[in-house]
Amino acid sequence: MNAIGLIFANMHDDYIPELTKSRTLSSLPFGGRYRLIDFTLSNMVNSNIAKVGVTTRQNYHSLMDHLSGGKDWDLSRRMGGLYLIPPYGTVLGQSLNVTRLQALESSLNFLQRSEEEYIVIADGDCVCNMDYADMFKHHVDSQNDITIAYKPMCFDQVQSQHISSIKIDSAGRVIDLLVPNREEGNANAVLNVYILKRELLIKLINSTLSRGQQDFKHDLLGKNIRRLKIGGYAFTDVFFFIDSLTRYYECNMMLLQHNIRDALFNVQYHSIYTKVKDSAPTKYFQSAKVSNSYIADGCEIEGTVINSILFRDCIVHKGAVVKNSIIMQDSVIDKNVSLDYVLTDKKVVIRTESKLYGCPQMPYVLAKETQI
Amino acid sequence: MQNRKDCIAMLLAGGQGSRLYALTNSVAKPAVSFGAKYRIIDFTLSNCINSQIDTVGVLTQYQPMLLNDYIGNGQPWDMDRLFGGVHVLPPYQAKGKSDWYLGTANAIYQNLHFVRTYNPDYVLILSGDHIYNMDYSKLKKFHIQNDADITIATITVPIEQASRFGILTADNEGRITQFVEKPKHPTSTLASMGVYMFNTNVLFDYLEQDAMNDNSSHDFGKDIIPKLLQDNARMYAYRFDGYWKDVGTLESLWEANMDLLTEKPAFDIFESKWKIHSRNKLSPPIYNGDHCCIENAIIGGGSSIYGKVTNSILGKGVIVHEGAVVNDSLLFDNVIVHQGATVDYSIIDEQVSIGSNSAIGQARSEGNGLTVIARGVVIAEDKRINGGIIEEAIL
Repeated sequence: MNAIGLIFANMHDDYIPELTKSRTLSSLPFGGRYRLIDFTLSNMVNSNIAKVGVTTRQNYHSLMDHLSGGKDWDLSRRMGGLYLIPPYGTVLGQSLNVTRLQALESSLNFLQRSEEEYIVIADGDCVCNMDYADMFKHHVDSQNDITIAYKPMCFDQVQSQHISSIKIDSAGRVIDLLVPNREEGNANAVLNVYILKRELLIKLINSTLSRGQQDFKHDLLGKNIRRLKIGGYAFTDVFFFIDSLTRYYECNMMLLQHNIRDALFNVQYHSIYTKVKDSAPTKYFQSAKVSNSYIADGCEIEGTVINSILFRDCIVHKGAVVKNSIIMQDSVIDKNVSLDYVLTDKKVVIRTESKLYGCPQMPYVLAKETQI
Repeated sequence: MQNRKDCIAMLLAGGQGSRLYALTNSVAKPAVSFGAKYRIIDFTLSNCINSQIDTVGVLTQYQPMLLNDYIGNGQPWDMDRLFGGVHVLPPYQAKGKSDWYLGTANAIYQNLHFVRTYNPDYVLILSGDHIYNMDYSKLKKFHIQNDADITIATITVPIEQASRFGILTADNEGRITQFVEKPKHPTSTLASMGVYMFNTNVLFDYLEQDAMNDNSSHDFGKDIIPKLLQDNARMYAYRFDGYWKDVGTLESLWEANMDLLTEKPAFDIFESKWKIHSRNKLSPPIYNGDHCCIENAIIGGGSSIYGKVTNSILGKGVIVHEGAVVNDSLLFDNVIVHQGATVDYSIIDEQVSIGSNSAIGQARSEGNGLTVIARGVVIAEDKRINGGIIEEAIL
């Protein structure tokens, strides 16, 4: 694919403040052993994009630690590979890369120095296994200037205030863009994945900025709907917007469904990659009781685990009961502890006999490195 | 970064491992699976890097493809170095001479130019078919303290097993006074682990002498060590008292795996201070089904368990369907056990599929041997296999 990739890592950190105090939303752990950015990054690599830029704003320690040189995504290359794009500050005190457009401005160097004809833009905080190559083919075949990926969905039940939508005419052309979507009923949710020519993007960034406009969707896209041929690309498979704590909890739990796991992790030639660690395999002791759970390697289970997700290297001691919970990496659940609807961040230690209960809408959250 | 190394390791990984039968039909012994996510060679390579030895020559000969692939550039063991690192050394042709490796000593002899590149003071000779965690830097320290020409790492074995090993006798200071390879009537229980620390010049001298000797079998245990002893060289025995297991037979491979399952295992893969590094193929977490029952088991990533698994080690990507029962067994990567099938006291190699309601193996008891199913074999539904080694599909 004659394209580079650009991922926004920091756009939505305020969606889940409980978990993004010390990390970007993109580096939020998900599904037992992944981080959110793994999905978009793997999608890029699986679509044969060999050069990917990741824009950042703040708190990108954990992101850098996770991505390192990009080797685990096969992006440690002499030619191309992974480019981390931190904010490019010129004016002291200016808040940097807050908006998508500012992040794009910081990426201008990366964009200008590339030679590939096209660019695929995506967010680093959504969960899907998507073939950008197919979208690219659609983009070229329909001779669009810009193609926007969307998923038809019913907004009646959607609690989110953060999802935009597009309206499309019978010829597949985008005729309206709602940011965010405030209408009920069926609509085409924008998946924040865009394909266009690299040169066109540079032109659009410059022309939008020089008119004092600041918003990617309203200004760069919305104001050009008539001038440019913007088309839609329908994606109908599993796609999670992770835009609140409740939603984060729900989406994790959905991995306990067979069809959801298959749609994300069992797609031929499209594995989801992540940072590889030398964890031991998982050990189940004689007293272990486990059902309907997703357990990563390196865990040692002596207690009971039901309807839960355990990340790498967690320990559940004898007599402990973990139900409906998400336990992140390196956490220790001591003897006879009882947890229901609890979400622990990394390295949490819960001492003997503690009992903690949350509820499905509001899981009980324990911050990183908490000890109880 | 120095352009020489103080100590390098030469790892003998060319053996066929014929006593593992079907498991080594298409892979070399060091590449056989172990402990759900490892291969046997991981332990020796991890020992090297954990002992600060970052330069290792791996001598391969038998079925090397998977092993070569697995070692690759050595990145999982931090051995992708600008100078040094891991190097696979297969037999080769050269002007005027060319040969397969004729014995362990000959394999090293044919690669002395590799050793010379690094100009080390010490060369550590290892074999790639043992399970143990050992700090070779302690061995080196012992070697230097004794001003030894060669130090042999040893372990105490039960007297009834002694005739399987090279058995030696040492005086109070640890100096070796006697060495017999696989004695019929052992007089000592001090066994050689096949781990030798050599002064480089001593190694060179003896390998070159040995190469000239047409009567030699070019083997360390049979030729080099006895010759050193005969010449009254300074030979010392280093006593290692940790867990060490030769996994050269099906039974010992099974046992060593099962040793991981005990509550406080003598050999602990969860030890964070001595990490076992391996080439990790990425896989999702393990899915544990609604009605699954897993007791006393170790399971690799990407597996899905809906049935019952007890006292077993399962590799990566294994599927145990509902109603299936796996007991006292080793299942290597990507094995599928279909609905209602049972597996008892067996070793099932990679990519095997066991049809629904088939019964593999017989309960572990006096007189009942292991059942082994070779890589990729398909067993159809409703079949019954009682022991033996299955290398062909049963349809």
